[in-house]
Amino acid sequence: MSDPITDKETKVKMSDHRQSEFLKIVGGVAKNPLGLIGLIIVGVFVFCALFADWIVPHDPVGMNIKDRLQGPSTTYFLGTDQLGRDTFSRLIMGSQVALKVALPAVFGAMFIGLTLGMIAGYGPRWLDNFLSLIFDTIRSFPTVMFALAVVALVGPSLQTVVFVVMATSIPIYGRVARTQTLALRNSEFILAERSMGASLFRILGIHMMPNIIGVLSVLAAMDIPTVIALEAGLSFLGLGVKPPTPSWGSLLKDGYALIRQTPWLIVAGGLPIIIATLGFTFLGETLRDVVDPRLRKNR
Amino acid sequence: MTAPLLQIDGVTIDYNTKKGNLRALRDISFDVNKGEIVGIVGESGCGKSTLISTILQLLPQNAEWKKGAINFKGKNLIACSEKEMRDMRGKDISVIFQDPMQSLNPVITIGRQMVDIQHRSTSPYVEKWQKAIDMLSMVGIADAETRLKQHPFEFSGGMLQRIAIAMALMSRPDLLIADEPTTALDATLEVEIIKRLKDLHKEMGCSILFISHHLGVIAELCQRVVVMYAGSVVEFGSVDEIFFNPKHPYTRRLIECDPGHIKERAKRLPTIPGEIPDLTEALEGCIFQERCSEIIAKCKISTPHFVSVGQNHQAACWLNHNQEPE
Amino acid sequence: MIKYMIRRLALAALILFVAVTAMFLMIRAVPGDPVQIMLGPRATPELQASLTAALGLDQPIWKQLVIFYSKMMQGDLGVDVFSGRSVTQIVMQQLPYTLELIFASIIWSALLGVIFGAYAAANPNTFWDRMIAFVSVSFIAAPAFVIALLSLLVFAVQLRWFPAIGVGEGFWSRLHHVVLPAFAIGLSWVGYIARLVRASMLEVLGEHHIRTARAFGLAERRIIMVYALRIAILPVITVIGVGMGFLLSAAVFAEIVFARPGLGKLVIDSITTRNYPVVMGAVLVSTGLFVLSTAISDIVNAWLDPRSRQSL
Repeated sequence: MSDPITDKETKVKMSDHRQSEFLKIVGGVAKNPLGLIGLIIVGVFVFCALFADWIVPHDPVGMNIKDRLQGPSTTYFLGTDQLGRDTFSRLIMGSQVALKVALPAVFGAMFIGLTLGMIAGYGPRWLDNFLSLIFDTIRSFPTVMFALAVVALVGPSLQTVVFVVMATSIPIYGRVARTQTLALRNSEFILAERSMGASLFRILGIHMMPNIIGVLSVLAAMDIPTVIALEAGLSFLGLGVKPPTPSWGSLLKDGYALIRQTPWLIVAGGLPIIIATLGFTFLGETLRDVVDPRLRKNR
Repeated sequence: MTAPLLQIDGVTIDYNTKKGNLRALRDISFDVNKGEIVGIVGESGCGKSTLISTILQLLPQNAEWKKGAINFKGKNLIACSEKEMRDMRGKDISVIFQDPMQSLNPVITIGRQMVDIQHRSTSPYVEKWQKAIDMLSMVGIADAETRLKQHPFEFSGGMLQRIAIAMALMSRPDLLIADEPTTALDATLEVEIIKRLKDLHKEMGCSILFISHHLGVIAELCQRVVVMYAGSVVEFGSVDEIFFNPKHPYTRRLIECDPGHIKERAKRLPTIPGEIPDLTEALEGCIFQERCSEIIAKCKISTPHFVSVGQNHQAACWLNHNQEPE
Repeated sequence: MIKYMIRRLALAALILFVAVTAMFLMIRAVPGDPVQIMLGPRATPELQASLTAALGLDQPIWKQLVIFYSKMMQGDLGVDVFSGRSVTQIVMQQLPYTLELIFASIIWSALLGVIFGAYAAANPNTFWDRMIAFVSVSFIAAPAFVIALLSLLVFAVQLRWFPAIGVGEGFWSRLHHVVLPAFAIGLSWVGYIARLVRASMLEVLGEHHIRTARAFGLAERRIIMVYALRIAILPVITVIGVGMGFLLSAAVFAEIVFARPGLGKLVIDSITTRNYPVVMGAVLVSTGLFVLSTAISDIVNAWLDPRSRQSL
């Protein structure tokens, strides 16, 4: 086909193009006040998660019975819990746990959903019907109930949470990927590829995927807050990450048990969850408006 | 002679669009007398629908009023408040819209909608219902009583348009505006609707402003015709004058292109070459210059004004000016 | 219409069948003795033996499935490992509390959401429209269980306006008890519904029949409240069906936080005591409830909007 040099050049240009496109999107998001707030919150959140080990003033799992159940002070910004652990440090570490669950779960679900969705959209009719039924079935479980059933069977752990979250959001990506594939299937450039005898892998992987992944990324951004909330929720119920790993949810669990004595624990554990989910939602919403031209037109 | 019922005087409307100011109506003037049927002809996009919205004062937000006046029964509609306008809509002025399938509420029964539009009347519900039955029978819908309990999707397009006519005539308006009422219908239904309108006009005696791009229908129904092109009136006069003695090149082309007027078997249907000019751009000279086959130098320099070219017949074309002594 | 109903319900049955089968197989797929897993480590050997026999675990898997289904059809979801009571009975006892909570949440959030959405659509691009948009997004983002905890802290523990635990007896007391949990799990639905109604309302207001209504001089308020809202509200009905699933999930948290009896509390309590038949029974019932409510909302939608009957 084409000689390697020009091919390489196009690739470089493509990545350049992608990069400027990315900057354009970020710029578009930042222009919107809501998007900017989201961007800042998410930035702080990711920063905390990445550098948690350096930020924490105290050992997040280190017990100090002498200082248990203290109110906010200069030593312990947000007080301590019933085992004398520093709430602030546990919060910071909690952001890391939240991210550890959210990223693999969301990306895993996106990848599997994308693959299954493209197969459903491009494959034979019976396969489409079958996969659609599977998607419908997974969606027919109330998420938390499904999570509880799984936890009941295999026991609580970080991996369980990741698995549950992934399983429940696969259909969301799958259905969108399927619709997109169906729409693209008969578009001119795909027909042209097919008439030239391009392989299935080439059609799906090289031509369709880049067109679908944009929409899915927006979905993923909007899915992250749900995942964070679900992880925290399961940990709150004592069915998420195992103690002593500090999750925002387990922080709330401790706070709930002591709601009358130490109300600050609930506030300290609850606000980060609300702020983080708000931040991701703002970002996701703005991202959708910027990326999805169909929605942009409606504005 | 009494003053005309509707007097449109120099109405100019712009739309503020992203591409710039779209000049939707340019200096439109014509009258509709009491009891008269006036037809408006023109291609799609010539501003017919904007004209209706202007008369009803239901223009979209981005429409900008430039100048002109609309006098209806001695009242300037432009100066009317929203409340005054609302009082007139559906009572003094009624409309039949283009697509009957879309112009009735899909989830409310016909009867309910017909009762609702009598909102000004203080008579009891039963009477309003009876009036709805009477009106449906009048437009020839059998079994009106049961039909009233049905939803629009249970009717055919022709029936819906008759219902729309019944609704529009319910309040015995002074002016009925019919916006391409037959365009969305089959040819056979078209004939029936026109006949029905004609009969009702005889019976009720209201004025009708009939908008269509179908010349045959206009010729059949109207007494006077206004020809519009790209937001401007280019010619107006009595039906006979317009059809047998057209004085504007656009009107002539329009008549030539009407299938009903093609006498011999032509190899291909005649069309008017070109497209309606981009209305967002400022244009010097005659609006029709780009598509006119009889263009002269003056057409590109200044806009022609109306001259009388017959009895009650005026056209805006420089060609007619030449024939007249200056 | 009847035909649509039958087809929609058949689809629901199919989905439920696949879901239950999947759950059944999932239990079998977990390594270890299924009876041990289903009954938990505390079950007595006699109970294990009886369950093995009852489930016919020596039989091939398809036969087990048949037995499982035939029992389910008769309303038999197994027995509680400890008390020996019928799981169906236990679940049905808790179900009304959960339903009470969910309906209370749907009612208040739908009412407020429709009002917000309709108001925003009637006054697009005004200050209040933007405000409603902002509040809606924030509500949607807020996780129900955090709202539940914070409202418990503020309104029950600190201000003492509402009771902190239980469901109460008698209508007024029950209402008093349901306020905070319903507030917590309904909040994000206010946001969802407001946005949904705003979008569909704006679409409807642009349709031709609205122009007709205006051309007949109908009052703007009547046009919005009756002529447009009747259509704009249709997607809300569909979404409420889906919302059942979310609310069933959120209800788990609200029931734990406010110590209310209900399906969620039942499941959590049973997980901690490893009472697996009860866990599975409750999950099964809530899934069935969700599938049924989505089907019903689709059918209601088809009934209200004759145009949507064509699909499916």
